[in-house]
Amino acid sequence: MPEIWRMILQLPFYLAFALLLAYLSQQPAYQHQDPGHALIKLSLSHAGEHKEECRRLTPEELAELAPNMRRPISCNRERLPLLVEIVLDDNLLYRAYLAPAGLSRDGESTVYKRFPVTAGTHTITARLRDSNRLEGFDYEHSEAISLSPQQNFVIGFNADTGGFIFL
Amino acid sequence: MRRALRSVFERIDRFFDIAFTPAWNPMQQLGALGWFFYWIVIVSGIYLYIFFDTGITQAYHSVEYLTHEQWYAGGIMRSLHRYASDALVVVVFLHLLREYVLDRFRGPRWFAWVSGMVLLWLLYASGISGYWVVWDKLAQYVAIATTEWFDSLGIFGKPIARNFLNHASLSGRFFTLLIFIHIAAPLMLLFGMWLHIQRHMHPQVNPPRGLAAGCLIMLVILSLWFPAMSQGPADLDTVPSIINLDWFYLFIYPLLDHYSGTLIWAVVAGGTVLLSLLPWLPAVRKREVAVVHLDNCNGCARCVADCPYSAISMVPRTDGLPFEQQAAVDPSLCLSCGICSGACPSASPFRRRTALIPGIELPAFPIQAVKDMILSKTQDLAGNNRVLIFNCEHGLDLAAAPMTNFAQITLPCVGMLPPSMIDFTLSRKYSDGIFIAGCREHDCNFRLGNEWVQQRLARQRDPYLRERVPAERFTQCWAGVSGFKQGLSELEVFQERLARLSPPARQSPESRLRDGKNAECANA
Ligand code: HEM
Ligand code: SF4
Ligand code: SF4
Repeated sequence: MPEIWRMILQLPFYLAFALLLAYLSQQPAYQHQDPGHALIKLSLSHAGEHKEECRRLTPEELAELAPNMRRPISCNRERLPLLVEIVLDDNLLYRAYLAPAGLSRDGESTVYKRFPVTAGTHTITARLRDSNRLEGFDYEHSEAISLSPQQNFVIGFNADTGGFIFL
Repeated sequence: MRRALRSVFERIDRFFDIAFTPAWNPMQQLGALGWFFYWIVIVSGIYLYIFFDTGITQAYHSVEYLTHEQWYAGGIMRSLHRYASDALVVVVFLHLLREYVLDRFRGPRWFAWVSGMVLLWLLYASGISGYWVVWDKLAQYVAIATTEWFDSLGIFGKPIARNFLNHASLSGRFFTLLIFIHIAAPLMLLFGMWLHIQRHMHPQVNPPRGLAAGCLIMLVILSLWFPAMSQGPADLDTVPSIINLDWFYLFIYPLLDHYSGTLIWAVVAGGTVLLSLLPWLPAVRKREVAVVHLDNCNGCARCVADCPYSAISMVPRTDGLPFEQQAAVDPSLCLSCGICSGACPSASPFRRRTALIPGIELPAFPIQAVKDMILSKTQDLAGNNRVLIFNCEHGLDLAAAPMTNFAQITLPCVGMLPPSMIDFTLSRKYSDGIFIAGCREHDCNFRLGNEWVQQRLARQRDPYLRERVPAERFTQCWAGVSGFKQGLSELEVFQERLARLSPPARQSPESRLRDGKNAECANA
């Protein structure tokens, strides 16, 4: 077969390869999130209170310890889990007990969660309990916000600046 | 089943053969094309890096500059970088599929297979990190989805996705790490690619020039016609909703929106482990590996030159014979193809005084057995178009051919046939012609067997076929398992041709007896 014919025969192959590359490197477009939705991201790290308060050991207890370990005050390092709640327009969006990190459960509790919601005006309430109270919360923040489509709305937390931060 | 699958692949090959010729057939150059596309990616990547600004806020603009202001160079380089990376994925998966279907991944080939699995991971690390460094909306999506995916493993104390929480939390630190990964992963890929072919003698790492040129021209035209673009600057205060994904690299990401990250990890990790174990599920029933018979090895190193799997090396002489070196086989590398005995000068059937034991051979398929078969199988042939076919287990099989007056000897690979056997068969008039049938050109099951046979018969490669062997009395047919029809017609033509030649006198019964006796004494 003459060279030129061979090259012409090769064209469809190259064309198909090029089309495959051009198409699949872009298409089909993927809808990651409904364009009419906004995203609420909850992201916080906070250490709950210690599970038990420090206490003075009784002389009997002290006597049982090895001499070099005899310290009059015993502090259990274990922390309480956090209770976190997010309410969106009276609907409970999220509620969870967050266990503290670490083998001895003495670290911060952390959560990172995403909630796609329809754009528009919403009342968002965030609550957090970090103590051993049985009812109610130690921190709470509520705000009416207007979410635009595709907005990324972050709920953060910083105890030093007073608790929840809505960004 | 395998034969059927193989036959499907061969049919596709046949189709490409017409347009590309066997030498340029892209389906037989998939590994080499992989190397070629890799080099395009590297060269274009170096160019892009010269103009790339590694700051997270500047990165996007530097890429935009390359794409638009410098479209004639930087823009083309960017598109080449993207499309050659995509083409690499295409050829790598075809390559994987091909090696699997053709059952070329068990036995000592496990090394190429398992290292190939590692290459896949490095390839994806390179590609995915590449989409990240542009820092457009796609990059933002990939960055967040990837970090969230890693967070699902629970190995980081604090979720690393928090680096991309919103505009305020964005830090350049993570971005710099990413750029580092995007340079390190391709370099590791290169090292892995080098390792991948360590067990191959003469690995095919460069596609034929015409095919390479065709691919490069195709990529350049594609880059001009459909340049790679960014999808708007990343903005962490918004969430990209509709994204144009590169499905070659990012097909996993949509799954992450529907299944848990840990499940996807389990699937990709489990899939990798399972695929990596394939060479042993089940392992090949392997013929015994080649053995060296020192008495007959003169240290010429021809077997080393011809072994496709670098299984033989020359080592200092141990038996006191007056040669410097001797051949030694590494059993863990040997695929028992027998090509080495086809290369050994002492595999000559003309030797009378000593038994026919070559310097190297397969214990399960000794060269003496080949000679015995020549004698026994040709016994009942008569007339002037007697054909002896040497074929290969993995190639064309003509046993079921309807014509008469032929016999077939099946070897592990036709590369095992010493050219002197052809001379012997024809000069001793055991047949009127020799028909060599094997795998398709450039598709030898043992990589180089058919190439070596062609070169030996063309007197271009040691051991040469002797000049006295008449060219019209032997022929080669590289038709593969799917080429029965082609084989038949070529055999028919060959037999007709032989019938037209003036017939050589048949060998006398005495000489057959002599050759046979010789064989017996050798066996004893
Ligand atoms: C960057 C990716 C890769 C490149 C550039 C590449 C390249 C190559 C090359 C050049 C060869 C030698 C071919 C020859 O000369 O006969 C080869 C052989 C091989 N490759 Fe790959 N490869 C890649 C990925 C893979 C993957 C993902 C697998 C499968 C898991 C794989 C499995 C094999 C096997 C089994 C062989 C041995 C074939 C034989 O012994 O006949 N490769 N590869
Ligand atoms: S049988 Fe094949 S793989 Fe083994 S040593 Fe000989 S040529 Fe090499
Ligand atoms: S080809 Fe034969 S003689 Fe030469 S080194 Fe190999 S085994 Fe020895």
